Amino acid sequence: MVTQNRVPAPRPLSCPNCGGRIELRGFAHTRTAVCIQCCTVLDTSTPELRILQRFDEAMRVRPLIPLGTRGTLQGKKWEVIGFQVRAIRVDGVPYSWHEYLLFNPYAGFRYLTHYDGHWNFVSTVRALPAFTSFRGRKAAVLEGRTYRHFQTATATTTFVMGEFPWAVRVGETVTAEDYIAPPWILSSESDGKEINWSRGIYLTGAEIWKAFSLPGSPPQAQGVYANQPNPYADGMRRAWRTFAVLALLWVAALAAHWALSSNRELFRGSYHFAANTPGEHSLVTNVFTVPGDGNVEVQIRTDLDNNWAYFHLALLAEDGSRGFDFGREVSYYHGRDSDGSWSEGRRSAAATLARVPAGRYYLRIEPEMDAQASFGSPAGMSMNYEIIVRHDTPRPWLFLLALPLLLIPAVVRSFKAIGMETARWSESDYGTSVGISGDEE
Amino acid sequence: MRRTAECPSCGAPVQFAWSGAVQTACPYCHSILVRHDVNLEKVGITADLPPDASPIQLFTEGVFDNRRFTVIGRIRYEWEQGGWNEWHLLFQDQTSGWLSDAQAEYAISFLVAPPAPLPPPDQLAPGQLLQISGAPFYVTHLTRVRYVGFEGELPFTTADRSEFLTADLRTFDARFATIDYSEQPPLLFAGRFVEFDELRLANLREFEGW
Repeated sequence: MVTQNRVPAPRPLSCPNCGGRIELRGFAHTRTAVCIQCCTVLDTSTPELRILQRFDEAMRVRPLIPLGTRGTLQGKKWEVIGFQVRAIRVDGVPYSWHEYLLFNPYAGFRYLTHYDGHWNFVSTVRALPAFTSFRGRKAAVLEGRTYRHFQTATATTTFVMGEFPWAVRVGETVTAEDYIAPPWILSSESDGKEINWSRGIYLTGAEIWKAFSLPGSPPQAQGVYANQPNPYADGMRRAWRTFAVLALLWVAALAAHWALSSNRELFRGSYHFAANTPGEHSLVTNVFTVPGDGNVEVQIRTDLDNNWAYFHLALLAEDGSRGFDFGREVSYYHGRDSDGSWSEGRRSAAATLARVPAGRYYLRIEPEMDAQASFGSPAGMSMNYEIIVRHDTPRPWLFLLALPLLLIPAVVRSFKAIGMETARWSESDYGTSVGISGDEE
Repeated sequence: MRRTAECPSCGAPVQFAWSGAVQTACPYCHSILVRHDVNLEKVGITADLPPDASPIQLFTEGVFDNRRFTVIGRIRYEWEQGGWNEWHLLFQDQTSGWLSDAQAEYAISFLVAPPAPLPPPDQLAPGQLLQISGAPFYVTHLTRVRYVGFEGELPFTTADRSEFLTADLRTFDARFATIDYSEQPPLLFAGRFVEFDELRLANLREFEGW
């Protein structure tokens, strides 16, 4: 029998370059190991530990999660066995991120990526992604989820440490593409010969610190990461749902208000006014009864034509106990010029007295028209008009005022959510904050 | 139910778990034994398999699509970037299948009849589409495979398997297929990728420290 029931822990290697001790954790999977002391990359699949590469120790980067640390992610235990730093250049500015190789002898390999306080737990993808487009941009579909293209860049490995089940080298480059569907990110890496796909899920530093029981606190997340979930998106959706409910209630309340307003006509009278008639121009109407507390609307309808009038009005209690003074201007002009026909103003006007106590009232009406024009015109200024008084008319303006107030929370939350999306996409190939397009291909 | 035969080399009892087994190894003298009806013929001596880190071993048990299986054999292959195991599975209903294990990425497949004659390897290229049982499969890799060794019971002999070409194919829904050009006409294996936990494996190897 060749297989052993119990696989012994791998024996540490001795570095052929510096003689240093190299811990191994990946059992027979390991094909490349890096001497932690002298940064020599070794081929562990050869008995003599062929030296693949030596690179500058000055490049040394300390992983935040030390090699050999174990932690639990998605219900499985993982050990950090490898670490590499990779970099891309955007507009000449290098951006580098860290990649931890995680290993479990039963479940295999996973990756943990870290950039500026943002983390992703990454697995290899076995299904083929299908390509499509989303709002005119490149997108990929994997297992029913659409990922929008975010960035294409050339990624270079700048530092390696620990062990890997494949041959790693500092200086290796791949074409890396990222597609996002927060909290998911779908990435491809192509070396020109083959493409490998992986899928990551966004994790916070706090989740990583807890999973690996790390001391201290994780680095603060900077900015918005490509597949960072938008915390305002839920708030925005909730706010719009609330708004929809309130808007329905609003419509119902408005309809009820309309239905419950009696809108009863209390008085109607027709009159003629001529400015040139000498004497007092005021008149009083018959007495009418305002049946209950509530608003009273006075409507004025005229036959004014390219003219104006002003109505001094007073609603007076028959017993003289109270009176409401008010006035309305009515003007209506129309004509035709080079732009076609035009009109301005209306022939009618209305005034509403918000709270009139029940009782017997009459109106005093005193119209006024352009005195200068009246003198200049042979017939003088004149008009016919009608006064209509109604009680308890519907007043929708309060409702109209309420509608924008109801909108405020939804609009505020939408602005926050959109702001975050703008920040996210500004870092992508489609961003506007980047001045010059710096595609390195 | 196990059948027993006698090793033609050392006389030790050789047990068969599967009536369809064609090749096995004598657990005592490491002779490679090929079965002809009831007789066993010694065709060589097994080479030691290189150490590997698979959690699976002979007689590991598991479940796939509600069917129980036992690992009864294994072939070890290598390619330019490493090695992997093809574990030969015997299902409860006496059918056989394969569990491939490449750096703890697992897939289960079965020998299937090709729907149409399979194209020769020189007419295949990555990205190419083949219709297999009504689904689109895309060629992802063409790999030159080297046979390293075997253990347990196999449904064929390894005599012609020293080096051959395989084509790997994948679908949009994580199914996969392999065309094995070690025989003429080529063999087609089709199945899907599986998660380790999904197979509910028992009788696994233990790893020191884990």
